[in-house]
Amino acid sequence: MPAGTLLLPLPRLTPMLAAHATPAGITDAVCDIVLQPAARRWWWMALGVALALTGLLAASIFWLLYRGVGIWGLNIPVAWSFAIANYVWWIAIGMGGTFISGALYLTGSDWRAAINRYAEAMTLFAVCVSGLFPILHLGRPWFFYWLFPYPDTMNVWPQWRSSLFWDFTAILAYLLFSAMYWYCGLIPDLATLRDRARSRRRQVFYGLLALGWRGEARQWRQLQRLMLLLAALAVPLVFSVHSMVALDFSEAILPGWHSTLFPPFFVAGALHSGFAMVLLLSLCLRAGFGLHDMITARHVDNMARLLLATSLVMAYCYAAEIFTAFYGGDAGEIATTQARFTGAYAWVYWSTWVCNIAAVQVLWWPRMRRSVPVLLAVAVLILVGMWLERFMLIVTGLYQGVVPSSWGMFYPTFWDLATLAGSVGLFMLLFLLFVRWLPMLSMHELRRLAAKRARHAAGEEAG
Amino acid sequence: MTDAAVYGWMAEFQDASALRDAVRQLRAAGYSHVEAYSPFPVDGVADTLQPPTFNPVAWLVLLGALMGFFGALLLQWYASVLAYPLNIAGRPLASWPAFLPAALEMTFLFAAIFGAVGMLVLARMLQLYHAAFNVERFAAASRDGFFVLVRRDDPQCANGGQSVHALLVQASALAVSEVAA
Repeated sequence: MPAGTLLLPLPRLTPMLAAHATPAGITDAVCDIVLQPAARRWWWMALGVALALTGLLAASIFWLLYRGVGIWGLNIPVAWSFAIANYVWWIAIGMGGTFISGALYLTGSDWRAAINRYAEAMTLFAVCVSGLFPILHLGRPWFFYWLFPYPDTMNVWPQWRSSLFWDFTAILAYLLFSAMYWYCGLIPDLATLRDRARSRRRQVFYGLLALGWRGEARQWRQLQRLMLLLAALAVPLVFSVHSMVALDFSEAILPGWHSTLFPPFFVAGALHSGFAMVLLLSLCLRAGFGLHDMITARHVDNMARLLLATSLVMAYCYAAEIFTAFYGGDAGEIATTQARFTGAYAWVYWSTWVCNIAAVQVLWWPRMRRSVPVLLAVAVLILVGMWLERFMLIVTGLYQGVVPSSWGMFYPTFWDLATLAGSVGLFMLLFLLFVRWLPMLSMHELRRLAAKRARHAAGEEAG
Repeated sequence: MTDAAVYGWMAEFQDASALRDAVRQLRAAGYSHVEAYSPFPVDGVADTLQPPTFNPVAWLVLLGALMGFFGALLLQWYASVLAYPLNIAGRPLASWPAFLPAALEMTFLFAAIFGAVGMLVLARMLQLYHAAFNVERFAAASRDGFFVLVRRDDPQCANGGQSVHALLVQASALAVSEVAA
């Protein structure tokens, strides 16, 4: 790899969209990835890895259905472990995609245009993967539909006052919302693919998906109105959904869980890991598909700054957790906090500080925000660190209860690790298929941005 | 081509501002059955064609939000108070604060469903065939082309479209073509 690709150009000298990018050029570049795919060896290799891991997930699920949750290392007292850590980790990654898309739409930021599509796709796939875990954890997963309120012959309703039911509604709403948000923004680009496809099968395929979009002025008006409203709903939705996830913990009266800090703390963590995943995917797509004109050094620099900001919020939350435990004076809370510092899982606790906060601080140096290896390392460390944080919160809340008779360790089994690795594979598989079959950048927003730039440039020359 | 086989006349324009000017000129000349097509939303074109009186999508979203919120509350109240009341240490059956989280999530969900379905209907989508697609050049409308379509059923087109043709050319159209029905 040439040295130039490892160090990005200076962000302040880089326009948000390359100066030579025209509406037609953008359209052709994005469409060609889908319609005239070059033989990309890395894509096939990644697909092979993703398929192998997804196969591992399928085997794990089959074995789980056959033998039950006993194949995992969970037991009393640590009755929640990998499954719930995986669930929270994946849904949190999704949050970052929705937030970055919705918030940047509302603030009218130009740099949204290049990243919102794959960030939203990432959200959708992450939520799909996360939704598997609470179901698999149920014990009898084939009865998961009992969570849904429907008039059954047993005359039994869900427990409306339980945070588990709240969380079920949150996941359901979030999954359907992100699917609609993503699809509505995708419609004009599907029409572009329909108009540019040469084979009849593809014309019909994309034509059906495009739902008859013609680019009429009135269609644009309705779509713009809807996207504004959905963006305005998406931002509070992100906060509410991840607060519900946090309430799964804080509604329980366990030291280390029973805290009003949890909802905002979880939202901050969700944005942190979600932004890290968006950065990781941006760097991969940029290099893998040569999208340097559209995903520029400016985008990467902005995302790195966002990570820096969320890492500081995380540091505040970590510090506030320690402070409230000692300030509150509850013996159980203090014991749990001390167990985190020096107990059996202290290595996990301190790893979260290193991965989520300490490592991110290198991004204060502008040169580090231009270095691709540093950014990749930071993004991966955050993703690992955020998984460890969820694992740490779950296990340290459970393994040393208030009475020593309920103390016990958690050790993962092969199937715990296989299910986690398999979930990464399933996410990779969905994302790889997405970049192969659908436009990964929002062509219509980039066209509009290019036209706006051209108009400003013409205005400057004239003026 | 016979009159019945003509849907209207389509003209292509250089850029967004030419499209905007052409639509303004057509509206000023009294044409009402006009459509404009562009590869990205062009400010002012939709407002010229149809002044924004009120925003139906916003009202649909509000309606969906209210239905989601009160519908979820009603379901929880019905199940807890009427269908399966459980007296646990005399606690209230209709414990509405605990019903709010699910109601909040359903507010978001139903607002989005109403908005998305409403947009599809209001934007006259789900219509897979349209006469505009008969123009070969029209595929550029989703890439970098700007088009105006004047329908034949416009009262101003009674003379067979000679005047609309002239007007479109005068508005600096790159090309004008007849659209087969």
